[in-house]
Amino acid sequence: MTDRILTVRMEAHPSDSHTIDRYVKTGGYKALRKALKKMKPEAVAAEVNASNIRGRGGAGFPMGVKWGFLGAAEPRYLVVNCDESEPGTFNDRQLVERDPHQLLEGIAISSYALGISRAFIYVRGEYARGARRLQRAIDEAKEAGYLGEDILSSGFSLDVTIHLGGGAYICGEETALLNSLEGRRGEPRLKPPFPAIAGLYAKPTIVNNVESISNVPWITLNGGLAYADIGPDRSAGTKMLSISGHINKPGNHEIVMGMTWRELIYDIGGGIRDGNELKAWIPGGASSPWFVPDKHLDTRVELDEVGANGSMIGAGAVVVMDETTNVVAAAHSIVRFFAHESCGQCTPCREGTSWMEDILARIMDGRGRPEDIDLLMDVSDNISPGLSWPPAMTTICPLGPSATAPVASIVRYFRDEIEAMMPNKEAANA
Amino acid sequence: MPDTVSININGVAHDVEAGQRLIVAAESVGEVIPRFCHHDKLEPVGKCRMCLVEVEGPRGKVLMPSCTLLVSDGMVVDTESAVVKKAQEGVLEFLLINHPLDCPICDKGGECPLQDQTMQWGPGESRFVEAKRNFEKPIPVSDVVLLDRERCVLCDRCVRAADDIAGDPLLTFIDRGNHVQIQTFPNEPFSSYFSGNTVQLCPVGALTSVDYRFKARPWDLGHTRSVSFVDTVHSSVDAQTSRGKLVRVYGIENDRVNEGWLSDKDRFIFSAVHSPDRVTAPLVRGDDGFEEASWSDAMALVASRLGGYLGGEVGAIGGANNTNEEAYTLAKFMRSVVGSSNLDAQLGDGLNPHLAATVTPRATIDDLDRAATIFVWGPDLKETLPVLYLRVRKAVRNGATLVVASPAGTGLDAIAAHVVRYRAGSGSDVLRKFASGDKGYEGAREALDAGPVVGLVGRSSLAEDPMMAEAAAGVVRSLPDSKLLTLLTRANIYGALDMGLAPNLLPGRVSTADDEHAEMLEDAWGHLPRGTGRSTTQMLEDLASGAMRAMVLVGADPVRDCPDPGLAQRALEAAEFVVAFDAFVTDSSIHADVILPAAVWGEVSGTATNLEGRVQEVNASVRPAGQARSLNAALDDIAHLMGVDLRAAKVADVTREIAAVAPAYAGITPDHLTFESDGDGVIVPLEGEQPLKFIPVEVSVPVVTSRLTLHFPDALYDDGVWNRNAPTIAGLARQAEARLHPRDASMLPVHEGDIVSIEERFVMPVTLDDTVPVGSIVVPRNVVGTKGLTASTSVKVEAVEGGA
Repeated sequence: MTDRILTVRMEAHPSDSHTIDRYVKTGGYKALRKALKKMKPEAVAAEVNASNIRGRGGAGFPMGVKWGFLGAAEPRYLVVNCDESEPGTFNDRQLVERDPHQLLEGIAISSYALGISRAFIYVRGEYARGARRLQRAIDEAKEAGYLGEDILSSGFSLDVTIHLGGGAYICGEETALLNSLEGRRGEPRLKPPFPAIAGLYAKPTIVNNVESISNVPWITLNGGLAYADIGPDRSAGTKMLSISGHINKPGNHEIVMGMTWRELIYDIGGGIRDGNELKAWIPGGASSPWFVPDKHLDTRVELDEVGANGSMIGAGAVVVMDETTNVVAAAHSIVRFFAHESCGQCTPCREGTSWMEDILARIMDGRGRPEDIDLLMDVSDNISPGLSWPPAMTTICPLGPSATAPVASIVRYFRDEIEAMMPNKEAANA
Repeated sequence: MPDTVSININGVAHDVEAGQRLIVAAESVGEVIPRFCHHDKLEPVGKCRMCLVEVEGPRGKVLMPSCTLLVSDGMVVDTESAVVKKAQEGVLEFLLINHPLDCPICDKGGECPLQDQTMQWGPGESRFVEAKRNFEKPIPVSDVVLLDRERCVLCDRCVRAADDIAGDPLLTFIDRGNHVQIQTFPNEPFSSYFSGNTVQLCPVGALTSVDYRFKARPWDLGHTRSVSFVDTVHSSVDAQTSRGKLVRVYGIENDRVNEGWLSDKDRFIFSAVHSPDRVTAPLVRGDDGFEEASWSDAMALVASRLGGYLGGEVGAIGGANNTNEEAYTLAKFMRSVVGSSNLDAQLGDGLNPHLAATVTPRATIDDLDRAATIFVWGPDLKETLPVLYLRVRKAVRNGATLVVASPAGTGLDAIAAHVVRYRAGSGSDVLRKFASGDKGYEGAREALDAGPVVGLVGRSSLAEDPMMAEAAAGVVRSLPDSKLLTLLTRANIYGALDMGLAPNLLPGRVSTADDEHAEMLEDAWGHLPRGTGRSTTQMLEDLASGAMRAMVLVGADPVRDCPDPGLAQRALEAAEFVVAFDAFVTDSSIHADVILPAAVWGEVSGTATNLEGRVQEVNASVRPAGQARSLNAALDDIAHLMGVDLRAAKVADVTREIAAVAPAYAGITPDHLTFESDGDGVIVPLEGEQPLKFIPVEVSVPVVTSRLTLHFPDALYDDGVWNRNAPTIAGLARQAEARLHPRDASMLPVHEGDIVSIEERFVMPVTLDDTVPVGSIVVPRNVVGTKGLTASTSVKVEAVEGGA
């Protein structure tokens, strides 16, 4: 059984896995050749649908279903989301820096399957090296006839353009990304219409994540059913997890889902630094509610199970915190991030995230009030009513509700620690 | 009957119009949902989140913004649940935490949606103890609008109004998160002709106008519904007064006319009503210039002098800035008391009165909403009829095809599917090619064949032959399914023509050649000279030559406004007697023997008729300045002194008389306008046929060929007496400039910014503009530095300095 798909080449050939020579020598562009020469576009799409791969960007929506929504109007676009900005995620970075041709081959096959001749890769502005390598790879692929006009004499043509973002987290939200790509402010759009019907330049557009698309060559070559066979039923395939924090082996780990968090943290991640106790971890990036050892260590790393436990695997950022962690400071750091990254267009997110940041800062400064804990929870509730999962929203997009995740998590699991930071009234009065 | 869908709101079933936004549908059945960013006339953005309601979905009740959600059959909505109430209170608390709460010194206090909705839906008190966000207190974003970013709730109304409605994308959001703010672009102020609309739209006190700041409190304001007299659209306005003065003009949502929008000129010109330069007492020319006189002495003088001439020796020019009742009284006075048919409300700057008053088939403004193709042959709508410009923009936004023909670039070119550019003076030639779909014109011609077509025809500039508009009207009329609007621009000119202030029209859109009607009118009036009178240009020529001897000027300034200012000057100097009814001493009324102080817009009541033939009420909101009087009252007294009872002392009596004797106005009584129209006015005639139907046909106009042909278009902010006297906008008056095609400039030779002279007299800087056809020169009319320039079709242009 295959246990790794995306990182095999880069591990075997760390010095040149990003070059076209190495890529072709290790079987690269075979899938594209197979698709163009032997398969009809619908057949390729059918394999992706059969693979049961769920979008790796965070929402976990089945990729084949999303493709099925693509409107018929021309032109249509494929936009690859490489604006990886969630604190704690760095798996797309590795994929574009270390194996850009794998992504490009995926883009070419996907575009062929979807009847698209123009694709964009929206790359996070800070990923200068990734963008350079991608551009070089595009040039190489064009030169070799894997991109551009009449690819492999099949009559299929594809133009791929890289666009560097300006450094806004919100541009990872697919409609804000499209606005940014069009030269507008990076603000999420109202849905409907969804991008598949009216996306880039108001034309039908598929927006997929780097990791999702990077799986397409393997699926094409080995068949959708082979992919679906890997891992649990509703978490098919492999997943790149970026593990960071107080852990002995931080880094990207491509895993087959289904293991427990204990196995992930202690076996794959090598355990907690300095032999410390595990205090909490964030299972899927800054926007996901936290997990704690008591309740979650023996639950499974599976999309639906994590969801049922009130959080998400998201883009795959696991942030581990040991016993030395000041949870208020940790939550403040995350809330400050969201307040800073709020696009500011809708009221609850613009005002609420900053307010929560201010309250947390005050508590850290020793100026907290007993009522601040309830106030934090109520402000959170006014952004994400009920604080349930998946989150309800008073906002346009999920950024605001994301900022409530750390707040609700520390109040839920570490209320006594917050209270301990409040000034001692009796001492003050004495 | 529009399709309906059934929705359930708070347990009650309602049938509502399909295709609506939920917030609008709910309001139509009495369920008001609070809102800030939503506005009926703007595209939804769903930003403020105030209008969240719970809607039943497949996964239970979900909070959704009712401003972006379209109603669908079977929709179940809860606007009052605990979840909704908490969301509303939460959003209001969020909006208020950084709001400065400086309501006691805020102009919006008392009429503020944020205050009102906080009272109704908000939490009782704030839980916010942190420091509020600070911005520099108001910063000017234009000459007339200030922005206080601390008060702003970032609802996006102003940005949408500027971008989508006005087409001036000059406001934007900058920065993000808690630091988001509205801003202008670097070195680009919010200089839009429509900037004042944003002040009215702002749901808080963030946008204020310089002229109203700290002037009044809303609960002290008097409100009077009237119509704007800035142009012939007659936008519905709420004229607001405090302590006997006009302090603010707001637009009223009359969807048939202006949909609530105003141009800044509509909005800000009212300050001229209170200008210190108003004529406030009768002035009689004495040995040392004008001397103040009593009304009775001045009127006695006027009555005796006018009574001393043969009817035909006297003429009247003007009346376009007056109500229908004033215009009618002037027409009746001149014809039945003075005995003259020499009357003209146009100054040689307009169109054939028959075309303007009675063109058939006549369009309405809201026909533009239904037009497949709109054809503009005439002045730049953005400069001359700005609110009609907005309506055309709206139609194009909704899919209409726009065809624009003009001798220079116009405000509409950017959204036109086809722009036909012709050298000033050669319009006839181009129109012919265009009508027959010659090479290069096929696309535009094809668009015209797709009806319904609304043609907007007028005179592109003072230098253009007025027959051109008639020729263009003829082309439009030859199309299947077409209607026409003519584009005269001066205030109540259509009312004045309808009241018979034209040498060839009698009141009620009747030709002077209609003997049967003339007889009827003579019975009513006692006396009526027959035949056609003299036009303004003819009157000025006759005065200058001595064939005519006396002149009545009514709010008209021919020295400024007629095509040949020199002729006007000579005529008024040669006249034996000139009486001017005017609010100001103008370049023309300065030649008068008697100036009678005229009450003006804001001070008089009556009715007025706009370019589509809509009659609306005009209402006084302040007392006339000093001793100023309405024209009908003054003429009634003067007629008495001449032995005739005009029965014109009371406006309502005049309105009733018009309804009785002016055929197109049959039935337009004060009661009808007040009680039987919905307040938005009525198109005349109410029923029956138009008494006179002017059918334009294609006519040929000689093509002018000379070295440089003059295009002399109007500018919104000109050097007219009203604009000069309105401090808010006086500084915006355009300066003279000569726009030339680079090729012509290189022939002179001149460069950008060099000075040229026109007709050896008028000097102005050169602006190079490749939208100007080769062989043309474009000079704005009646701006600082073009006073007195004759609107001839060819002009001599020379380099004065620079060049070479």
